[in-house]
Amino acid sequence: MLTKRIIPCLDIKNGRTVKGVNFLELRDAGDPVELAKLYAEQGADELVFLDITATNEKRKTLAELVGQVAEAINIPFTVGGGISTVEDVSVLLAAGADKVSINSAAVRNPQIIKEMADEFGSQCIVVAIDSRLVNGRNLVHTHGGSVPTTIETEDWVQEVVALGAGEILLTSMDHDGTKSGFADELLARISSLVNVPIIASGGAGNMEHFFDTFTTGKSDAALAASIFHFKEIGIPDLKAYLKEKNIAIRI
Amino acid sequence: MKVAIIKYNAGNIKSVLLALKRLGLEGTLTDNPEEILAADKVIFPGQGEAKSAMRYLKSRGLDQVIKSITNPFLGICLGLQLLCEHSEEGDTPCLGVFNSQVKKFPDHLKVPHMGWNTLSESADPIFKDIQFPAYFYFVHSYYATVSAQTLSQTDYMLPFSAVLKKDNFYAIQPHPEKSADVGEQFLKNFLFNI
Repeated sequence: MLTKRIIPCLDIKNGRTVKGVNFLELRDAGDPVELAKLYAEQGADELVFLDITATNEKRKTLAELVGQVAEAINIPFTVGGGISTVEDVSVLLAAGADKVSINSAAVRNPQIIKEMADEFGSQCIVVAIDSRLVNGRNLVHTHGGSVPTTIETEDWVQEVVALGAGEILLTSMDHDGTKSGFADELLARISSLVNVPIIASGGAGNMEHFFDTFTTGKSDAALAASIFHFKEIGIPDLKAYLKEKNIAIRI
Repeated sequence: MKVAIIKYNAGNIKSVLLALKRLGLEGTLTDNPEEILAADKVIFPGQGEAKSAMRYLKSRGLDQVIKSITNPFLGICLGLQLLCEHSEEGDTPCLGVFNSQVKKFPDHLKVPHMGWNTLSESADPIFKDIQFPAYFYFVHSYYATVSAQTLSQTDYMLPFSAVLKKDNFYAIQPHPEKSADVGEQFLKNFLFNI
């Protein structure tokens, strides 16, 4: 049976792992390569590296770091942050990334999703969406969640999948950093609209939240950062808990 | 030991090279028939599209080279599918080493089949020291049907071939190079136990 995935997210700035509380305050949580190895050994199903400052500072994600990670670990990983061209994707995949995630660039130019999917296959193109509730509507935000658009999240998800996105990484800005649980209502709705895997992101605070998003939220995978980095939840404990609750999980 | 990795127009080759490196081996990425035929072990990885991959292989005569290999051979992911008889992807006649057909997953499923899934038990030496149910990492939209050559199968709404074997030819649908310690053991078995 296909299992639900637990994905630690390593937010990267200047080659170090950081995690922002609501993306504004950054705390240092260590060396990304060492952390990646540790998570792989602990049973993480996949890793995501997001160069969170890349878009704002117009930097490219560090292909060098990707190369070091690819050498060190034997599980799949996704790289995102500031990726905007087919060439960017080519460099990161060649460096050893399994998938790339695009966000602001896709909003700016949706056709880029199709170009990337045609060139490399949908399976390695993740579209990351930062969504925030504004006057009762879920609106897509860009630039690390700081710039609102007028695009509704539910519409955008369908559009990016039609263009070739192979997976959706949905971050609820309303939940991110709150530790009050994932945006399960929105996630379940999104999951019913498209036929690609959905990664839930934003709001993980305890083990129950993972159970909730895999059941109520219909999520295929759940991503979290600080609760793993600061050892509030251990991945082996989390997986044992989910297994006991009859969630399909890889132990 | 000389390990050749067949070079063609498919992605995901770097991760196989890195997996070999973690096992202390240096693979040679090559499309040179002599080099491929002289290798002790041949790995045929790949992620990509069946029709353009077959076209590429034929244009370099690699289709005939692959079929004539007598040393242990391992196809991975698209490599497995290209070793089958025919793929629905681009309605492509493939190499025909295995008699499975390659079909697209039905529409009502989330496609690609992406993530960790279990392989059914097999006593073949390629699974030495691997505990079942064994979890491997999959990423694919097409699957090979189950046949008498299926060593191990996986269920994603329907059963399909996860590992196929015929004579010296092995093939695996998931990515052992991305399947943590279990995947590493699988590769180790292919390299040192087959």
